[in-house]
Amino acid sequence: MAKDVKPRVKVPKSAAAGEVVTIKTLISHPMESGQRKDKDGNLIPRSIINRFTCDLNGVNVIDVTLDPAISTNPYFEFDAKVDAAGEFKFTWYDDDGSVYEDTKPIEVA
Amino acid sequence: MKIKTLAGTCAAAALAFAGLSAWAGPVDDTLVINEEIEIVTHTTSAPDYIDGLSEQYSGWHFREDDTRDMQRDDFDNPGMLGVEAAMEDWNTEDGAEGKSCASCHEAPESMAGVRTQMPKFSETKGTMMTLEMYINECRTERMGAEAWGWDDAAMVNMTALISSVSRGMPVNVAVDGPAAPFWELGKEMYYTRYGQLELSCANCHEQNYGNFIRADHLSQGQVNGFPVYRLKDAKLSSIHNRFKGCIRDTRAETFKPGSPEFIALETYVASRGNGLSVEGPSVRN
Repeated sequence: MAKDVKPRVKVPKSAAAGEVVTIKTLISHPMESGQRKDKDGNLIPRSIINRFTCDLNGVNVIDVTLDPAISTNPYFEFDAKVDAAGEFKFTWYDDDGSVYEDTKPIEVA
Repeated sequence: MKIKTLAGTCAAAALAFAGLSAWAGPVDDTLVINEEIEIVTHTTSAPDYIDGLSEQYSGWHFREDDTRDMQRDDFDNPGMLGVEAAMEDWNTEDGAEGKSCASCHEAPESMAGVRTQMPKFSETKGTMMTLEMYINECRTERMGAEAWGWDDAAMVNMTALISSVSRGMPVNVAVDGPAAPFWELGKEMYYTRYGQLELSCANCHEQNYGNFIRADHLSQGQVNGFPVYRLKDAKLSSIHNRFKGCIRDTRAETFKPGSPEFIALETYVASRGNGLSVEGPSVRN
């Protein structure tokens, strides 16, 4: 498992019904591309986050495939339309099989 | 005939460059971090002991829109990842004395204002001390821990944490008294041409800030934003690491990070930013 992996998410606490809100996510991760070599000339094995998803109340908002050219600490900013109060669920999938999750509630005012 | 054509092309290229330079000045913009901390990134007068600058511009003004925006919000600023990592070190006991930074200093907020005066002459040590040296002094003499290397991730992260609590406060580095000889040496270095390319700091950062050097947009070389998160390195860089990069680019043998030469240069360069706000950790390309 990659070291010091920590997801961070920024979601507004509340929104008007039907409002489009901006969501920011960042996960600290080395995103080792698999192209680099160490001091002895051996390939450093690839170790990246390969998929990121966000769901709101079970409905998918965004589903991203990540490739090795994406740099360290991948950051995503995207919009979501909030029709009803509920919970955002964020999931990151690591090459090594680890899954990192975070959730954020949102109220509809 | 061929030569003439070539000359014509050169003239056209020179014109194009002139046009580019005129357009490449510092961006007119203001920086407020987290909609709360107002940062002075531009002054219309430099301190009177600084020759050759009539205005001060933070390097922030010379970067592109997207890069500048990253610094407006801590969530978007990747340098804050270093600050977070340093927060853990701050509270973690290390060394023979069983102390952490927090044992003596409590919250990092107690360090507010420290970064503004760096480097500072230490009466007890009888020498100029940078933030890195103060951190290592604490580690070796009070914590009984091993010193960190100048460019260790833990060290650069800790300088980012200590800078972050001073953001918005004006840089106020002493240039007189016991600091004067170091400042003088730093000034001499600033105007000395180094390397096969025979470039001094002033050639780029005083006489040509706002212009392009190849694809790079020259800033005034202010250090108020250090440590900086450089997008091309995807990590935080110390002031001395940046000095090293600059001197290397002149094709010279560089001084080492932490060397007396770089400490003197840091003293002088930091004083050129007296009046700008502390900005670190900042985001640059």
